[in-house]
Amino acid sequence: MQKQSSSIRTVVATGIGAAVIFVLMKFVAIPTGVPNTQVNVAMGFLALLGAIFGPVAAGLAVFIGHALNDFVTYGSPWWTWVIVDGLIGFAFGLAHKRLNIQNGKLGTAKLVWFNIYQIVVNFIGWVLLAPTGDIIIYHEPANKVFIQGIVTWITDSISVAIIGTILLVLYARTRTKGGSLTKER
Amino acid sequence: MSAPIISFKDFSFQYHSQSEPTLRHINLDIYPGEKVLIAGPSGCGKSTLGRCLNGLIPQSFPGKLTGSVTVAGTEMRASSIFDRSLAVGTVLQDPDSQFVGLTVAEDVAFSLENDQQPQAAMKAATAKWARTLDLTELLSHRPQELSGGQKQRVAMAGVLIDNSKILLFDEPLASLDPASGKASMALVEQLTRSDNLTVIIIEHRIEDVLQQPIDRLVVMQDGQIVANDRPETILRQSLLAQLGLREPLYLSALKFAGVPLDSCRHLDRLPELTVPNLTAQLQRWTNGVQLKQPVRHDEALLTIEHLQFGYDPDRPIINDLSVTLNRGEMISLVGQNGTGKSTLNNLITGFLTPQAGTMRFNGHPLAGQSVKERADQIGYILQDPNQMLSKTMIFDEVAAGLVLRGVDEVTIEQRVNRVLKVCGLYEFRHWPTAALSFGQKKRVTIAAILVMQPAMLILDEPTAGQDLKHYTEMMRFLTQLNREQQITIMLITHDMHLMLEYTDRTIVLGNGGILMDAAPADVLTNATIIEQASLAKTSLYQLAEAHHIDPTEFVAKFVQTDREARKCNTNS
Amino acid sequence: MQHQLLIGYDDRHTFLNRLSGSTKLLCFVGLSIIGMMTYDTRYLLAIMALSLVVFRFSKIKYRDVSFVLSVIVGFSVLNLVMVYVFAPHYGVSIYGTEHLLLGTSDHYFNLTVEQLFYEFNLLLKYTFAVPLALIFLMTTNPSEFAASLNKIGISYRISYSVAIALRYIPDVQADYRTISLAQQARGFEMSKKAHLLTRVRGGLQILLPLIFSSLDRIETISQAMELRRFGKGKKRSWYMAQRFKRNDYLALAIVAVLILIGIALFKVNGGRFWNPFKA
Ligand SMILES: Nc1ncnc2c1ncn2[C@@H]1O[C@H](COP(=O)(O)OP(=O)(O)OP(=O)(O)O)[C@@H](O)[C@H]1O
Ligand SMILES: Nc1ncnc2c1ncn2[C@@H]1O[C@H](COP(=O)(O)OP(=O)(O)OP(=O)(O)O)[C@@H](O)[C@H]1O
Ligand SMILES: [Mg+2]
Ligand SMILES: [Mg+2]
Repeated sequence: MQKQSSSIRTVVATGIGAAVIFVLMKFVAIPTGVPNTQVNVAMGFLALLGAIFGPVAAGLAVFIGHALNDFVTYGSPWWTWVIVDGLIGFAFGLAHKRLNIQNGKLGTAKLVWFNIYQIVVNFIGWVLLAPTGDIIIYHEPANKVFIQGIVTWITDSISVAIIGTILLVLYARTRTKGGSLTKER
Repeated sequence: MSAPIISFKDFSFQYHSQSEPTLRHINLDIYPGEKVLIAGPSGCGKSTLGRCLNGLIPQSFPGKLTGSVTVAGTEMRASSIFDRSLAVGTVLQDPDSQFVGLTVAEDVAFSLENDQQPQAAMKAATAKWARTLDLTELLSHRPQELSGGQKQRVAMAGVLIDNSKILLFDEPLASLDPASGKASMALVEQLTRSDNLTVIIIEHRIEDVLQQPIDRLVVMQDGQIVANDRPETILRQSLLAQLGLREPLYLSALKFAGVPLDSCRHLDRLPELTVPNLTAQLQRWTNGVQLKQPVRHDEALLTIEHLQFGYDPDRPIINDLSVTLNRGEMISLVGQNGTGKSTLNNLITGFLTPQAGTMRFNGHPLAGQSVKERADQIGYILQDPNQMLSKTMIFDEVAAGLVLRGVDEVTIEQRVNRVLKVCGLYEFRHWPTAALSFGQKKRVTIAAILVMQPAMLILDEPTAGQDLKHYTEMMRFLTQLNREQQITIMLITHDMHLMLEYTDRTIVLGNGGILMDAAPADVLTNATIIEQASLAKTSLYQLAEAHHIDPTEFVAKFVQTDREARKCNTNS
Repeated sequence: MQHQLLIGYDDRHTFLNRLSGSTKLLCFVGLSIIGMMTYDTRYLLAIMALSLVVFRFSKIKYRDVSFVLSVIVGFSVLNLVMVYVFAPHYGVSIYGTEHLLLGTSDHYFNLTVEQLFYEFNLLLKYTFAVPLALIFLMTTNPSEFAASLNKIGISYRISYSVAIALRYIPDVQADYRTISLAQQARGFEMSKKAHLLTRVRGGLQILLPLIFSSLDRIETISQAMELRRFGKGKKRSWYMAQRFKRNDYLALAIVAVLILIGIALFKVNGGRFWNPFKA
């Protein structure tokens, strides 16, 4: 029975997560100066979403949010990047067992581990997969797409390192352990 | 009598994260066709009780249960939430988050879609309930285009479409204007009788619910049922007041007039109330009270002239509005859901820019001032405190505004601590905001604004969903600020009680302008305005009218007596 | 603004509005994929021309899309310049010939016809799907969208996630606005003038209330949906679903033919590129 509820929560978390990612991408992006790349606040949120709701919700949420955002701003999605974003969200979600943010404290060790993990994930996504996809599908010149990929890797890793970490810590603080709440008079 | 349709037997429940049970040894039987009101202070476990009925407990909220709950013949542990939802239809407190469809029609049909009904059947059922609830015109509208009352009706249609025999409402009135609230209650009454439903209503606004007949009143406290009887019996024993709940106004009036409650029949139904010699007793009391001259405030603080605004300029929401607010006034701003109260405040605080008109604060035009500059003088406290809290610790939250204005640390410490003491939050200063109740969060947001020493405060629905104790605490605190520091306070509210008992001046907004600007007692006795602005006659008005007393005078005297009584209570 | 979902859907009473959402989705996806794969300039131009004709029929007004168009133009120009800066000889290496316009072969920044032609192809690829996407967005009722996704084979849970996203984007947007103004009133500097770090900090200040209230929202909406039996069955029906009619089959057939032509061209060209320089 418990399983049923959690699958509905995944559906809702995906939808609301996509809505928040859409709004963050559209309104809270801070440009870096390199085309198509920005300090991506949404990625920080994605780390939190993955940690709470797991790989499916996070992966789909960013896929939907990013695709809708591309639709609205560029007329049609840049599929390679949308898919890579989805994979990265999925990978962030895989951390949710290990972080176990729902009940319990988030020690420094876990945070350091998560940050190394996210930098690696971002590397695989932005420096390996996305440019390869661009080369195969769009046939763009390699050095151009790799530069873009590397810049995105750096900015996204930094966004997750700062914003994602802060969000994880703050969220963990609001969680309570089983049987721990007592009325204080 | 037939067998109960709902039956709690020595039932207890403890949330997984709690160290103590939230519901303790509940025994309660509800019979088919009954209409039950559940009341009690905030946090006493009313919503928890509701969750046991609709199956969210234990499915979505794990915890420890003992005893049994039987609904429509099945024990809670033996049925899934999906089976349960066919027996019990739930209208949640917040219609906004209950509205999951993209349009009204889809939302109404939502549960049928999940049952895989064919499209034709869904269209027929949706059309039928839309007609019953007067939603036909709105079927293709999106939630953002509906008023609070309309959303409430959509939520009801979405639940009624299941033909469940039991309906559960968790605080249906919290954000409705009085007329919509009244209409909702009347609709529920009508459906109860015509479809033979069993209805359970959880609500703080007892007087508003009692406008329609209620078969039983259950009062909870601290996880237990402390009273369970016909409303009349509970009212006669003055149990509500003793338990810290709000009594209907007419009951207080009867008490002021010294009417012995034992002599009253139909105490729960004002229209049928019969008391020997009531007219004489009330008239004697009225003649005995001398109305005092109200304190005059005439130093203009905020002057608004010919203000004009519409989200779509062709359809103005605020249309040529002019008004002056004076220093030291306590004002209530009332009006129908969606008439533009929040919009007006957003214009004053610079969140929106008017299309025409001028505003002057303290003699200086507001037009050129930024949101931040205006906020130094006009503090705006939003309806939802969660939209304002941005720090995790209470002290930091309150200090944030000063830190950003570059005030030095020592001064910050002094000012924050002083404000925290005023707001009764000093002991909590090192707590995380997440650990606070809704009412306490609200006070933190007020503290965070007060610390900047504004000359005027605007509060959007400060008391919605709060119980009498917290409500009184908050209002006493605001009244004190108003008296002692001469801060002008404007409250946006749908609560006629609040407007009557605590404010000196009422501004009624409607049709883009000001419908009336007068003392609350005058507004609430003006039938035309009540009609136009979706307000509601209070029971005082009806009482006065039925006994040939001038309602305005009666209401004014009631308010004065009530305030004096309250003052005595605080002083002692 | 607030009342428009994404870019404005409106029932403009054209045959495009009457096509089922699934049809339009399939056509859009199919043409986008084939357009992404091919570098045959003739084919891309033909598709572009065709979609512009259809766009005419859709009765979409220019001013409704002018903003999006200007963003697309900016985006394309930036990318084209970048491609030139990083790989000015890329066209030469693709087409295997060199027709110089400016400079000499050993200059890094020279200009060849091949490079121009390659970049023109890129431009086509950036833009050819835009009219199709706009038609799809502006003639498909958002309410029908989830039903269409479900119909073309995506699970109803995922389809409903998309519906929830569409439902709550305006709410989250309004929340974001309110929260940001409330924080500005407290004195957080958010304007463009502020230092980058200050802006990040200011952004976070809005982010926290926005995120935490969204997480609360996830809980209440899940409860509301559960109470109305979402997720009960393996399938679900849709109030707004549309049946396929004759025109739907017709449209799908036309697009299928176009896609087949595209695939045939791979064969004819012996690869993804059409090379006019080979002669
Ligand atoms: N999900 C939960 N996990 C742990 N404790 C909870 C949960 N929900 C409610 N509680 C606790 O149970 C108690 C009763 O809460 P409940 O929501 O039933 O109160 P209520 O009577 O409905 O109050 P209100 O009038 O404010 O809505 C509170 O002390 C609350 O802290
Ligand atoms: N951002 C917006 N864009 C377009 N229309 C809006 C927007 N916000 C509110 N409205 C519309 O403006 C009208 C006035 O809304 P407002 O929120 O000011 O009403 P209100 O008097 O505060 O209502 P309530 O009592 O329900 O809070 C409503 O009809 C509403 O639908
Ligand atoms: Mg409750
Ligand atoms: Mg309002």
